[in-house]
Amino acid sequence: MSKHTAKEVLLNPIFANNPIGLQILGICSALAVTSNLNTAIVMSIALTLVTGFSNLFIAMIRTQIPASIRMIVQMVIIASLVIVVDQILKAYAFSLAKQLSVFVGLIITNCIVMGRAEAFAMQNPPWISFLDGIGNGLGYSVMLITLGVVRELFGAGKLFGIEILHLVKDGGWYVPNGMLLLPPSAFFLIGLIIWGLRTWRVEQKEEPAFRMAHQVIEKEAY
Amino acid sequence: MEHFISLFVRAVFIENMALAFFLGMCTFIAISKKVETAIGLGVAVVVVQTITIPANYLIYAYLLRDGALAWAGMPEVDLSFLGLLSYIGVIAAIVQILEMLLDKYVPSLYNALGVFLPLITVNCAIMAGSLFMVERDYNFGESVVYGLGSGFSWALAIALLAGIREKLKYSDVPEGLQGLGITFITIGLMSLGFMSFSGVQL
Repeated sequence: MSKHTAKEVLLNPIFANNPIGLQILGICSALAVTSNLNTAIVMSIALTLVTGFSNLFIAMIRTQIPASIRMIVQMVIIASLVIVVDQILKAYAFSLAKQLSVFVGLIITNCIVMGRAEAFAMQNPPWISFLDGIGNGLGYSVMLITLGVVRELFGAGKLFGIEILHLVKDGGWYVPNGMLLLPPSAFFLIGLIIWGLRTWRVEQKEEPAFRMAHQVIEKEAY
Repeated sequence: MEHFISLFVRAVFIENMALAFFLGMCTFIAISKKVETAIGLGVAVVVVQTITIPANYLIYAYLLRDGALAWAGMPEVDLSFLGLLSYIGVIAAIVQILEMLLDKYVPSLYNALGVFLPLITVNCAIMAGSLFMVERDYNFGESVVYGLGSGFSWALAIALLAGIREKLKYSDVPEGLQGLGITFITIGLMSLGFMSFSGVQL
């Protein structure tokens, strides 16, 4: 636990230990804000900053926090950071803030932030914790932006609202797949991404809870 | 009365917390391997949701809202930016109080829910319930009904998912898709099913 190099801490969460793909953290917002790229990117930036700074501050005072009330202390730090982000968004990007609606507030209960604070920042010095927070934020962002690109490009033929694939209804060739804009598609995409990730990085596979017997002949089965 | 019933039905089916808004996903996926535990957690969520949303409503309406402090002689104060901090504080406090009360008076229920209660503090469905209540301007009666409905919607979804996952044991899932992957796809299909409710007009 003691030796973390900066590079390892920053880059590991992106593929090797992705917060969404492997640690099952922070899925809620990953699904709801990815139907277009704009909101996905804003959400990624917001979450990366909050995770980074909450790790930094919690690591700074980690020796002063009494163990019995550490959850509340972490919560207060995270909530204050989220309020700052929320106010900034409302001041400078009001329409985006409206689109994200409650999901900015929900960064507070995003398990990535809390999970990293508890698992990493409580045991490590500030600088490396800050990098860990940023790294996990980036892992989350990679997933979110991938989803955003796929969903907006194939669902609406656009990226950032600019038309990339020429739509049939304007005389082009691309018939948009409207289902990709609907919420369930995000689940399918994440499921498939996890499948891909685990085929590439075999060590992430889960042991199956129950395995089918090999090739049982029908007669033997009865 | 009719208004409340339609609000309830809308909260449970059309605006299902888990399957239409994807809230509380972390616990939704982690604690849905067995039907029994899933139902236990679901009940805990219903209880906490029904208490916290009205409680947060009172705090919002009488302390935080623009001009809410008029009764204290400070009509121009707007504390709504403190919302996030106070809601999460209220939720954490209520979960803690509930845990202590149950431990003292209803130990059997406490033992059944025991492990899940602390988990609920970080369940985003609870927090989102309060935020939606503020965003949609519910009054006190509506917030009680909405709390009950949205809690029930989450409980229903997790119980259904746990049922499906128990049956999934018997199916031959491709390697790599085992576990987390297939769970996501299952939830996707369930969510697609729930979308058929969205045509219902109330």
